[in-house]
Amino acid sequence: MSTSEIDRQWTTRLRRRVEGKLPPEKLLPDTQPTYVSSWIYVFGIATMCSLGVVIGTGCILALRGPQWWHGSDYGHFINSMHLWSVEIFFFCMVIHLWGKFAMAAWRGGRALTWMTGVVTFLVSIGAGFTGYVSQSNFDSQWISTQAKDGINSTGAGAYFNVLNMGQMLMWHIVLLPLGAIVLTGMHVLMVRIKGVVPPFEEEAETEVAQ
Amino acid sequence: MRKKSFRPDVDAPAWKGGYSPYDIIKEGTIALVVILVLTLIMAVVFGSPDEKAITVKTWSNADPIDFATTALSELNGTSVSAAYGAPYNNTPGASQTMGPLKLEQWVGVRIPINSAKDFVISPLKSLPDQPVLDQQLKTWSAASTATKNTWLKSYAKASTNMKIVKGQVVINATNAGPVPVMINDLTQMARSGALDQALVTGHGFYTTDYTKPLLFLADSQYLGDLAQKQHLTGEQWGMMNETGSYPGQAWLWLYTFWYQIPPFNSSSSGDALVFATMGVLSLLLLFVPFIPGLRSVPRKLKIYRLIWREHYREIEKV
Repeated sequence: MSTSEIDRQWTTRLRRRVEGKLPPEKLLPDTQPTYVSSWIYVFGIATMCSLGVVIGTGCILALRGPQWWHGSDYGHFINSMHLWSVEIFFFCMVIHLWGKFAMAAWRGGRALTWMTGVVTFLVSIGAGFTGYVSQSNFDSQWISTQAKDGINSTGAGAYFNVLNMGQMLMWHIVLLPLGAIVLTGMHVLMVRIKGVVPPFEEEAETEVAQ
Repeated sequence: MRKKSFRPDVDAPAWKGGYSPYDIIKEGTIALVVILVLTLIMAVVFGSPDEKAITVKTWSNADPIDFATTALSELNGTSVSAAYGAPYNNTPGASQTMGPLKLEQWVGVRIPINSAKDFVISPLKSLPDQPVLDQQLKTWSAASTATKNTWLKSYAKASTNMKIVKGQVVINATNAGPVPVMINDLTQMARSGALDQALVTGHGFYTTDYTKPLLFLADSQYLGDLAQKQHLTGEQWGMMNETGSYPGQAWLWLYTFWYQIPPFNSSSSGDALVFATMGVLSLLLLFVPFIPGLRSVPRKLKIYRLIWREHYREIEKV
């Protein structure tokens, strides 16, 4: 097999592209620019870690099925962990989002990083909401019967039936977490590729190379 | 190399400053442990709410008159579900609109609900060995729409003096045809728990679809009263709350906020207006990097000076 033939292979081209975009020192950096020294940076990693706890506790709940936690003290405790990790997740995510807004973190070709972050936030709201309506208790009865009007008004209620507990549970434990995980992965990879956005240069008129 | 003017809200300056050590794995591990401990503490201290779901059985036993009145509204088509419109049924003018967009109406009926048939007639027909009821149901089926309306009006008129005596719905209605028997038997069926099962087994033995019983429950006064006590109604910012003193979906505050002010809380298409508003705001947030003016807000607010204060302090020193 000739070298040129190997060079033309999809696998070779993909590997070289990944190596070029994301060399190991960018993927797992051991230094960072000195401006990255604020508590606001903690909330990005805290959001990811709380997402990990949300998924971990959700997996434990999934092991025993949707009704388990209603009749088991241990199950109820895991549900409490699931709830509070969700609260911490959103708390960290919102601070991370507004922190990044304050930094105009889309600058320097990072618009897609910003956009994946916003979409992750919206998908997470959907994941949280479907969790609330699939709890199979009074909260889910009330929230679903109220929320149906809003969703029906968009026409989406015909296909996304919040009163169908089975459908909501599937969205909550499969589709939306999958979306949140994939989007988070993309978001983090983009951050690693582009690096953390530098501070504003306050002197006007700087020239950039294109 | 072509040079172009630097756009401060789009371009980022190349970093020419120093670097400091950064252990990403260590930071991630510490963050995970801290979040895990924080979650454990909050779970131990605060727990989580789990108010038991109500059933048609608990509702009809707790407030049989409300149940019987709701059943009548399903039968005579005056309940919210009966006149809801899409996606449940065809009710002219019931669908919400977003200006010229009639999304609800365009999508049409996809989850068909006939409240009289689904919530009253079919469950009653499923009861075995009920010769009197069977005869009354046959009378109902054979009657013309005009006759049915006469019966329903007579019953509705008399229903203001409805009583429950020894578990039976007692009403002094004349010319109400089979309606008194139907409402009373449905109430008995509900109080026994049989109606819960009849409503959810629409798709066979296994089911996870609670559309029918939830719509029926939502038509009652009982569910709203319970929600009111739990500070869950719309005026109480209910969508983002949950039972007890828990934070609920606090991230829905902006969505819930619109329901508190006009025109959202007074329009017949209030839900559609709220969703349209939130859709536009979400799109603005998504496309901030491309919207002139909006993308300049962070630079003009100068909150970034607080975030990067050490960096700017160093520059000022130099």
